[in-house]
Amino acid sequence: MEDVFAVLIGLFFTAAIYLMLSRQIIRILLGIAILGNAVNLLIFTAGRLVREVPPVVPEEAMVPLVVTANPLPQALILTAIVISFSFFTFLLVLAYRAYQELGTDEVDEMRLAEPAREPPPPGGY
Amino acid sequence: MAVDATTVDLTRAMVTVPARLADVLIVAPVALPLIGGALALFLRNLPRLQPVIAILVLVVLVACEAALLARVLAEGPLTMMMGRWLPPFGIAFTVDALGAVLALTAGVAGLAVAIYSATDLTVGDRRFGFYPLLLLLVAGVSGAFCTGDIFNLYVWFEVLLISSFGLIVLGGDPRQLDGAVKYGILNLIATTLFLVTTGLLYGLVGTLNMADITERVAALPDGGPITTIAVIYLLAFAMKAAAFPLGFWLPASYHTPKIVVGAIFAGLLTKVGVYALIRVFAMLMPSERLLLADVIGWVAALTLLVPALAALAESEIRRTLGWVVIAGIGNMLAGLALGSEAGYAGAIAYAVHSMLAMTAIYLTLGLVERIAGTSSLHEAGGIWRASPLVAALFLVMVLSASGLPPFSGFWPKAMLVRAAITADAGWIAAAILVSGFLVTLALGRVFLFAIWRDAPAGRPAAGSAGRIGPAVGVGLAAIIAVLGVLPQPLVAVATDGAKGLIDPAAYVSSVFPGARP
Repeated sequence: MEDVFAVLIGLFFTAAIYLMLSRQIIRILLGIAILGNAVNLLIFTAGRLVREVPPVVPEEAMVPLVVTANPLPQALILTAIVISFSFFTFLLVLAYRAYQELGTDEVDEMRLAEPAREPPPPGGY
Repeated sequence: MAVDATTVDLTRAMVTVPARLADVLIVAPVALPLIGGALALFLRNLPRLQPVIAILVLVVLVACEAALLARVLAEGPLTMMMGRWLPPFGIAFTVDALGAVLALTAGVAGLAVAIYSATDLTVGDRRFGFYPLLLLLVAGVSGAFCTGDIFNLYVWFEVLLISSFGLIVLGGDPRQLDGAVKYGILNLIATTLFLVTTGLLYGLVGTLNMADITERVAALPDGGPITTIAVIYLLAFAMKAAAFPLGFWLPASYHTPKIVVGAIFAGLLTKVGVYALIRVFAMLMPSERLLLADVIGWVAALTLLVPALAALAESEIRRTLGWVVIAGIGNMLAGLALGSEAGYAGAIAYAVHSMLAMTAIYLTLGLVERIAGTSSLHEAGGIWRASPLVAALFLVMVLSASGLPPFSGFWPKAMLVRAAITADAGWIAAAILVSGFLVTLALGRVFLFAIWRDAPAGRPAAGSAGRIGPAVGVGLAAIIAVLGVLPQPLVAVATDGAKGLIDPAAYVSSVFPGARP
């Protein structure tokens, strides 16, 4: 099962990187959203995949008798989902505000902070 | 198992003795600014009270961190477990000399910015939450320096990143939005790479506790998986540290926000990336660092030289400083590339210097901008006549950032050059010295034009620097001068930190006292 997930994660990363290499901010943001999901799947798979076994310890035992799912990767993913979702929301608003103020969503044309043809520094008094 | 089915021996999994009051010091660097930030957020409708809260919290924070550093130096690394679960299950906060000294320096830089900004911000900026965000940023930075868990390190990266997003757009100027888009997207990608790698590392060694990782990675055979993890970590942290060629987001964004925001960013953020590089490569994966030493060395040399050349080509002073920040990162990477105790010690000492000097030079540039009304080399001038104090402060900052005696930049650089020559890596020593020369030229020209030259016709330097701003500048200049004239304590702490990285036995036994579970 891990092999199938590995291929799927590879596809997610490919799509994310392809989108992030484009020049439109909105496509870059979609790439980031997919990247976040690729990472979550990767962490999930790295914690090893187990069928749905209830993590219940029988009364007479100290540890579960069969292998149950590892809860730690799930906790990590939960943290990562919350964080990446809030960042994505912030960046969406930021991109929209930048589009309003700068009148473009092409990264090549966003040159307000770094003007293209600046005069060289002064050579003397 | 020696227990019967009805009683469970909790001492095998949990801390059962209550924490001593003195140990609260370990979490104070995080808890204090978080509480202060929440308080300042509640009271955001009282803009006059905001700086008072922030300054008080940061003063207490600096005192706590100084006490923590003293304790760490006396007793070795200290550990506290979150939620009482024993390591490696609970999240450990482990403070060693490296973490403690960097947290203290970050606290001092944060305090300087908080005092300076008391007279630098409008009521609107305060209402939009400058002080809560500043305190949360300091919490994130201190948490990154103090945590002993690699996933927790990622969480602190995100805490400081989200606060920095809030700070960089404060004011909403179109230039800021342009810079913030580039800063935000590239930094988010870098932290996501960090998260990917942490997931892979967990899949490989099955633990997130740094002390535990240290031992398990050492027991692994060399090979593909761990090397892959090391390379992606290098990529992610080099991006955060703005190393060449991954650092172009920094000069694209650091000149756009308010000068106080630029000052705290330049002082703290890239240094957290450098800290993560040092922690991961020097302590967790020493054999992978050896494998990548040449790569890190080349990255360091290019990070030293290319931004220093770029600084020469800028005609806006703020952007010149952005490149100078990156050139400083090259020095710390050079120490990491050398990999000796002297190299690490030089890198740690340089990080302390860089946090203070970069914050100080941005704040002093803020004073220059207040007087001249511009930060363009074409238009600024006449500061020397308008305010000799600000001119002198700027000269101190220029000398310090260029690494010239008698200020704090000189000794770390001397340590690094000596370590490079001892390690037979003359080319790294040459890169450090040439970069220092180029930075001296770039900043010397800034001094000559913006400070020394008479104000250009039609642009009189008529503004006022105020009182509090220059006082903060004098305070930082005094610290920088003391570190330059009496470097022995800093060198001793840095050497202590470097020893702890090379032989993490004390760090590990602080997390796992006695027998392993």
